[in-house]
Amino acid sequence: MSDTDLQLECGNLMDWEVVIGLEIHAQLATKSKIFSAASTAYGAEPNTQACAIDLGLPGVLPVLNMAAVKMATKFGLATGARVASRSIFARKNYFYPDLPKGYQISQYELPIVVGGQVEIEIDSEKESGVSKTIGITRAHLEEDAGKSLHEDFHGLTGIDLNRAGTPLLEIVSEPDMRSAREAIAYMKKIHSLVRYLEICDGNMQEGSFRCDANVSVRPKGRDEFGTRTELKNLNSFRFVERAIDYEVERQIDILEGGGTVIQETRLYDADNNETRSMRSKEDAYDYRYFPDPDLLPLELDDAYIESVHQTLPELPDEKKQRFIYEFGLTPYEASVLTASRELAEFFEATEKASDGETKQAANWVMGDLLGALNKAGLEITQSPVSAQMLGGMIRRIADDTISGKIAKQVFEAMWAGEGDADTVIETKGLKQVSDSGAIEKIIDDIIDANPQQVEQYKAGKDKVFGFFVGQVMKATQGKANPAQVNDLLKKKL
Amino acid sequence: MYLKSIAELSQALHAGEISSRELTGIFLSRIKQHNPELNSFITVTEEQALTSSQEADRRLKSGEAGVLTGIPIVHKDIFCTDGILTTCASKMLHNFIAPYDASCVSKFKQAGTVMLGKTNMDEFAMGSSNETSFYGPVKNPWDSAKVSGGSSGGSAAAVTACLVPGATGTDTGGSIRQPAALCGCTGLKPTYGRVSRYGMIAFASSLDQGGPITRTAQDAALMLGVMAGFDEKDSTSMETPVPDYTASLNDSIAGVKIGLPKEFFGDGLDNGVARVIDEAIKEYQNLGATVVDISLPNSSLSVPAYYVVAPAECSSNLARYDGVRFGYRCDNPADLMDLYKRTRGEGFGAEVKRRIMIGTYVLSAGYYDAYYLKAQQIRRLISNDFTNAFNEVDVIMGPTTPSTAFALGAKVDDPITMYLSDIYTIAVNLAGLPAISVPAGFVNKLPVGLQIIGNYFEEARLLNVAHRYQQVTDWHQRIPAQYE
Repeated sequence: MSDTDLQLECGNLMDWEVVIGLEIHAQLATKSKIFSAASTAYGAEPNTQACAIDLGLPGVLPVLNMAAVKMATKFGLATGARVASRSIFARKNYFYPDLPKGYQISQYELPIVVGGQVEIEIDSEKESGVSKTIGITRAHLEEDAGKSLHEDFHGLTGIDLNRAGTPLLEIVSEPDMRSAREAIAYMKKIHSLVRYLEICDGNMQEGSFRCDANVSVRPKGRDEFGTRTELKNLNSFRFVERAIDYEVERQIDILEGGGTVIQETRLYDADNNETRSMRSKEDAYDYRYFPDPDLLPLELDDAYIESVHQTLPELPDEKKQRFIYEFGLTPYEASVLTASRELAEFFEATEKASDGETKQAANWVMGDLLGALNKAGLEITQSPVSAQMLGGMIRRIADDTISGKIAKQVFEAMWAGEGDADTVIETKGLKQVSDSGAIEKIIDDIIDANPQQVEQYKAGKDKVFGFFVGQVMKATQGKANPAQVNDLLKKKL
Repeated sequence: MYLKSIAELSQALHAGEISSRELTGIFLSRIKQHNPELNSFITVTEEQALTSSQEADRRLKSGEAGVLTGIPIVHKDIFCTDGILTTCASKMLHNFIAPYDASCVSKFKQAGTVMLGKTNMDEFAMGSSNETSFYGPVKNPWDSAKVSGGSSGGSAAAVTACLVPGATGTDTGGSIRQPAALCGCTGLKPTYGRVSRYGMIAFASSLDQGGPITRTAQDAALMLGVMAGFDEKDSTSMETPVPDYTASLNDSIAGVKIGLPKEFFGDGLDNGVARVIDEAIKEYQNLGATVVDISLPNSSLSVPAYYVVAPAECSSNLARYDGVRFGYRCDNPADLMDLYKRTRGEGFGAEVKRRIMIGTYVLSAGYYDAYYLKAQQIRRLISNDFTNAFNEVDVIMGPTTPSTAFALGAKVDDPITMYLSDIYTIAVNLAGLPAISVPAGFVNKLPVGLQIIGNYFEEARLLNVAHRYQQVTDWHQRIPAQYE
């Protein structure tokens, strides 16, 4: 954590307020491109998934992929935004080798999604998470460009147009965030949402979910915004946080030194953890936007929007509320368990398989399972222990076949691939001893062998009771039913 | 045989009087004989033509033939043709072999026509005289010192000189009608959205429309029947059903109301041309049509509005010619900027560069509202003028051009005068209406075109009105002596 960050966190530096807005590019999970029938699959040999339209050959024309429209509509509905009954595709004109037509088809004056919002929570490790509403100015459809490959060509540049024409949803936030942590919380919220909606795979390494940040600072209490810079190349949550922190510090240093911040685009360099100037406002492109005459205005009627509404899944916030009311989880537990659709589904499946042992299911998923996944660097979808297996194990705790302590051994064995809970319990002989006769015999032996401790207990030293429990558990290798042991010991002593 | 219309040739083919192979041979040898003088072709596809004529003959024999099966045609070199050079008459595409067929081209293939080659044109369809072609100007068949008109000059000259019975053209501001008028043949610009633009190299996307150039209205009806129709590859093509355009050709035109816009008969119109048009109107009155004077009050704004909208779209449409993926590339570029600058500087001709610069300017920040937005508003006014007119009349008539074919070189250095040669045709494109130019007479041995403008999707009526006129006149059958 940088000094500035610390000062901001501690509230020592009262002079400056940070203002952040994000532009998120979510690659829509359509099978084919936004204006052509070529595949969008990632990782193919260069230029094997670029058809005549993607190559911008003379004479070709774009035809809008309605699957992308549906996905954008879903996003709009899920964020409470207005899905425009009429939106316009425009051409954004600029020259670049990986932009085949010399213009990008995007939406400019009339985007498909206008004015949504999401709730974010900050400090959610503590139960009293503070929630905040972040406004979404707009979200619009556009096509991605290709890739310029500067390595491996000995001073030349290679062009791969496989990505050209891939549908993107550019989600533009209001400048509502006041710290890097809020920005991350917002970004994670959108990331979770697009995956819930199954409109984006969210894969940041493959560039399916990217982010630019507009950052400025202003003296606390002032209404006008300071001069902003736009940070590019933020392709992980960590980079977003680091880049913003660096940039905030840089801008404050300039202002406190009596200088002025220049409006410019800055590139984040992750290797050196710094931002560098790319181009200033004066060098900014004039994109010469105008409506694309090859595409008719996109008109969506109420019936269409309603039909898309019917296909919306349960959204994260709804799911969280349901987890609180239906399962009696705390808001914190519900937040953690609904962070991704896959995790929420895993929890629900575990809960079901456990025959309604909700609390246990929540604890096991959040505790041992997430811990183990985290340690192994695995996603929930890659868990070696399935929801069925985990639920089955919890059922064995509930019916006293095993104790909670023994369950940890069972979990480890299941993780290691030794089978489901019943198999592990059977092969390892971990079944809890609940035969009161057998336990009584063991207790009798222990009482006989430890007369001194019996005297102490009878003299009122209650602590000695724990000694007897320990002895019984030791003698049964932990398999005795702890409640039963307690009852019998009390009786016998 | 080469003097016959498509309709007549179709009958001859179906009657077995001649084979498509023989017919193809006749026209190919005429091209060989006369094209050096006319320069109406950029590419002649002799080998492919002979192969497809044999396939057409097979279809004719086996009874799978349609009306156009076996008929030789040519395409303006703006239509992409699979495996065949497609240059748009530009150095920029002098080496471009299209890897696919334009929708229009594949429709003619399916109909069994035989493509003889690709015709010369103004570079990227930007011009009114065919003088901007990288391959040199097309000569007017009536006088080789005169222009053919443009941009579809190669198609118009080839049809007029009977080097081919039918050709495709494209019309953005008059590029089918103006050369048809100056050469003396029939040229139809359909309603915007009637013919697919897929594979037709874009100049100004909201104005471009493909159409037929033929000797007769009947032939235009036959060709339009093939070209027209919805294409899922072109979002701006319309789903309006395609009628049989030949079915109503002979309908009586008694009672048809003809509007004569006073703006088309004012200053700037050549007296000789005006007299020819007056005669043509009288002929229509003889056929029972009634004539009313109308006004299209915003017509004077059409040329300025056009020269904002068309260059704006062209500046963007032509951005793809950057030397990176196909077409011309400058030698030894020093860096990316040098590649762009020299490729485009060397690959495009002067008129194309002029329009790219105008277009780039009018779309620039701070000028967009004053130019592009304003021009689009004017476009709306011009459309409204026509809508009002069509509340009163069935068709609108006037001269296609203000004068007959002018001398080669006469307007090359004066773009404004050149642009004014499209003064009567441009408003039709801005409104998206259909219009046809038919031969209506001569002034000093040079042809004059009568323009007939119809309401949206009323091509059948236009063809009917044109055909009835051609039944009582023979201007469309006049062939320049040296090509007879």
